[in-house]
Amino acid sequence: MLQREGETRIPAGCAISGFINRSGKRTNGSVIVNSIACMHERSNGLGGGYAGYGIYPEYKDQYALHVFYDSGEARVKAEAFLDRHFDVVNLSRIPVRKNPNITDEPLIWRYFVNPLPTKLQDSQLDERTYVAKCVIKINDKIDGAYVFSSGKNMGVFKAVGYPEDVGDFYRLEEYDGWAWTVHGRYPTNTPGWWGGAHPFSLLDYTIVHNGEISSYDANRRFIEMFGYKCNLLTDTEVITYIIDYLHRRLDMPLEDVAKVIASPFWSELESGKFSPEDTEKYRHFRNVYSSLLITGPFSIILGFNNGLMALNDRLKLRSMVAAEKGDTVYISSEECSIRTMCPDVDKIWSPRGGEPIIVTLDKGAERGNK
Amino acid sequence: MKKVYVNEDWCLACHLCEYYCAAANSGAANMVAAFRNGKKPVSRIQVEEGDKVNFAVQCRHCDGKPCVRGCIAGALSIVDGVVCCDENKCVGCGTCVLSCPFGCVVFDEANHRIQKCDLCLKNHDGEPACVQGCPNKAIVFEER
Amino acid sequence: MPVNYMNPLFEVVRDHDKCIKCRVCERQCANEVHKYDAELDRMVSDEMTCVDCQRCVCLCPVNALKIRPNENRFRDNANWNQQIMTEIYKQADSGGVLLSAMGTPKEYPVYWDKILLNASQVTNPPIDPLREPMETKTFLGKKSQAISYDENGKAHYEKTPYLELDVPIMFSAMSFGSISKNAHESLARAATELGTYYNTGEGGLHEDFYKYGKNTICQVASGRFGVFKGYLDAGAAIEIKMGQGAKPGIGGHLPGMKINDEISKTRMIPKGTDAISPAPHHDIYSIEDLRQLVFSLKEATNWEKPVIVKIAAVHNVAAIASGVARSGADIIAIDGFRGGTGAAPTRIRDNVGIPIELALASVDSRLRDEGIRNDVSIVVGGSIRSAADVVKAVALGADACYIATAALLSMGCHLCRSCNTGKCNWGIATQRADLVKRLNPEVASKRLVNLVTAWNHEIKEMMGGMGINSIEALRGNRLMLRGVGLNPKELEILGIQHAGE
Repeated sequence: MLQREGETRIPAGCAISGFINRSGKRTNGSVIVNSIACMHERSNGLGGGYAGYGIYPEYKDQYALHVFYDSGEARVKAEAFLDRHFDVVNLSRIPVRKNPNITDEPLIWRYFVNPLPTKLQDSQLDERTYVAKCVIKINDKIDGAYVFSSGKNMGVFKAVGYPEDVGDFYRLEEYDGWAWTVHGRYPTNTPGWWGGAHPFSLLDYTIVHNGEISSYDANRRFIEMFGYKCNLLTDTEVITYIIDYLHRRLDMPLEDVAKVIASPFWSELESGKFSPEDTEKYRHFRNVYSSLLITGPFSIILGFNNGLMALNDRLKLRSMVAAEKGDTVYISSEECSIRTMCPDVDKIWSPRGGEPIIVTLDKGAERGNK
Repeated sequence: MKKVYVNEDWCLACHLCEYYCAAANSGAANMVAAFRNGKKPVSRIQVEEGDKVNFAVQCRHCDGKPCVRGCIAGALSIVDGVVCCDENKCVGCGTCVLSCPFGCVVFDEANHRIQKCDLCLKNHDGEPACVQGCPNKAIVFEER
Repeated sequence: MPVNYMNPLFEVVRDHDKCIKCRVCERQCANEVHKYDAELDRMVSDEMTCVDCQRCVCLCPVNALKIRPNENRFRDNANWNQQIMTEIYKQADSGGVLLSAMGTPKEYPVYWDKILLNASQVTNPPIDPLREPMETKTFLGKKSQAISYDENGKAHYEKTPYLELDVPIMFSAMSFGSISKNAHESLARAATELGTYYNTGEGGLHEDFYKYGKNTICQVASGRFGVFKGYLDAGAAIEIKMGQGAKPGIGGHLPGMKINDEISKTRMIPKGTDAISPAPHHDIYSIEDLRQLVFSLKEATNWEKPVIVKIAAVHNVAAIASGVARSGADIIAIDGFRGGTGAAPTRIRDNVGIPIELALASVDSRLRDEGIRNDVSIVVGGSIRSAADVVKAVALGADACYIATAALLSMGCHLCRSCNTGKCNWGIATQRADLVKRLNPEVASKRLVNLVTAWNHEIKEMMGGMGINSIEALRGNRLMLRGVGLNPKELEILGIQHAGE
């Protein structure tokens, strides 16, 4: 019998796409669905998914938990856990539309929650760490329950199938966001488990990723020292945890996060390309965060509460194109997908390996969350 | 000009240089053939052994060239800085043996003529045989 | 002698058709095996003292020599085999402890040879080291994760002392005394050229070699030979030797006859006296004492140098390493039981300790489980024989490897395992001036550089095949390893899957 994600490691090739409007203008989800549809050949129908930011303005202060349940029993257990740790403001099934290409759906629920103040205080953790720990705990300990989205005013929608069918299934045309990312999956062997589809997310971090990193186990064994559990054994999961660790827990700016996970080559550091201060800093990174360096092919789009970051591995072993039109920035595996979203871009280019594109909302942009 | 130099710090007195030299200049195809049937080809390099110091001695191709000046037969000459002996001209008088201040000219009893180092110009490409054969890099062929 | 229980171990086979009687074998044999018999006008041999060091074979200009095992056999007995019987005769003769040198020759499992590496196919491209950067630079030391940014976005971080290696390979501890001055110089020069480190061992640092200080690791062992402030200041790091893989639980003994003027001066002991390293450090009877020594040495060197604690791989090595990691040490060196030695009691060498592969795997896993893997780097030694062993060690979790036997081999050693006799014909494990001279550091350091450079090329090739272009991404990357012919328990300890899984 085929083993699912978490039981065996499954490498995958893929397509990714995304865009962000700097001024916080919200765009309908159908746009991102169209962008991935034209890269149909890069997926094989074994997974697709989306992340939308700014999609829940009415619940912008609550953590939105999207959960897959294999059974009603799992839901009872998980909801008991949620009740013990959170104040559940709203709960419902996520509305879906039947699609002949999307089958074997699990129970898909959505909760808008606030951490219980007393529990939070007792835990001696900050709010985000508390939520992250609770999510990791549900996924690790409650069999048949899987939280696949846990940020504020954002949400992940994923399933087994081609991404355009997944978009139709989740009725993404009913959501508007200031940033969207999408992933079409081409795994080499999987029975198709919904949780294994991408994006992978923790809090408001979401990752869509194309590639197969060769540093996987080095990264995994290191990051697991800090309380993370890589249950899915996928690249995307470990990359998300690395970014969470560096960006949220060490409070490192994304520019520096990029220099850790796709660090400059020694030859670049010795070339005088960087200022002496930066050279020293990057040398230090290569020393102390060496196990977080990611090698092997990857192109990723990271979504976070304030923007998007796109990054290629330092040899640029995966395709990735970026474009700009007004205050919108587009990123995709292929130019065709950008042209689908915006036929007349102002500027289009291929970012160099290891050099991040970081786009954040303009100050004062209306993004619906604080 | 590149010459053969010996560093006494590393000379082990293993005498291999003598055998490599003798074989190389014997005209024989290999070392075994050079010494076959009790033959004892002459070596142009001689290891002097001391209590603590050993030293392989061979022609320094020195600036004074007393051997060349003293040669009564015109057998010794300088070719591109190398002191060479024309064995067809050598009459075996031994004047050069006497006049060499370093004792580097060897008398070949069997053939009644002298033998001296010519940096293996006639038999090897590149490095002289003694240099190639030294197991401890005590003998070097270099510009100084 | 009325009855001779000892047979020569070897037979010298000489091809008299080839022999030119140059006598180089005679001159080069410190064991006086070869002799020229003028009456017979031929070379003769007394094989009793031959140790099969191969010096004569290597120097014979006509390849007329062969050394092979003596074919004389005691009556076959799988239980009481030839070696066991010989050892009994030896002890019946001497009444003493059997001594041996270098690593155990016994057939214990070599796990490196039962582990296979991965390579990229289709889903992920291999990387060609001839076309793309392929990085093997390695840092050793504590990896403090803390970082903060001020209001201007400037990063503030703590820099702890570290070693920077251009190749993930260092030369392991061999003392001046156990090996010759020329051998030490060769290692020092090679380490400098390679951008790595050599290790003084426990015999102090010869005054001529202070100039190689920035590529030197200064060892402090239980005998404290040659240790003073200038010595601690001279090196790039300090290593506290708690144990040695070849002889866990015991100390060392350099006989007085080897303590000549220079060794006496370097070790700071009277000439001609035995240099005895006690089994324990007598100021370290427990882990808290180790912590005090670590901090004393750091204090003495102004907190500028990383401190390495070297331990032998023994049964509870993971727990010991965990204690060491919490003792303030920056680097743990683990020495496996197949590691070499200048001299050790045979029974200890052949029966005490555990293989480095298992020790490394369990230490690395344990430190990660405890979340303290970042506090220390792990260096492993004890029979690292090739670039493949290095790659496997790094993938199991080592930061770098120590090599010593391989280094000696590159200098000429032929593993005759007679270091303890002091008559090393290769000029390595000897203090006899005429023998020491045989090792020209110019030649030997070049050969060491060649060896490590070659290995580094091979490491890069193997990394590239796996789609990895930086050694950091290989470290602890056990998915790159698969076992062949290993049982489930072995796989579990190594933390790897079986081939085909």
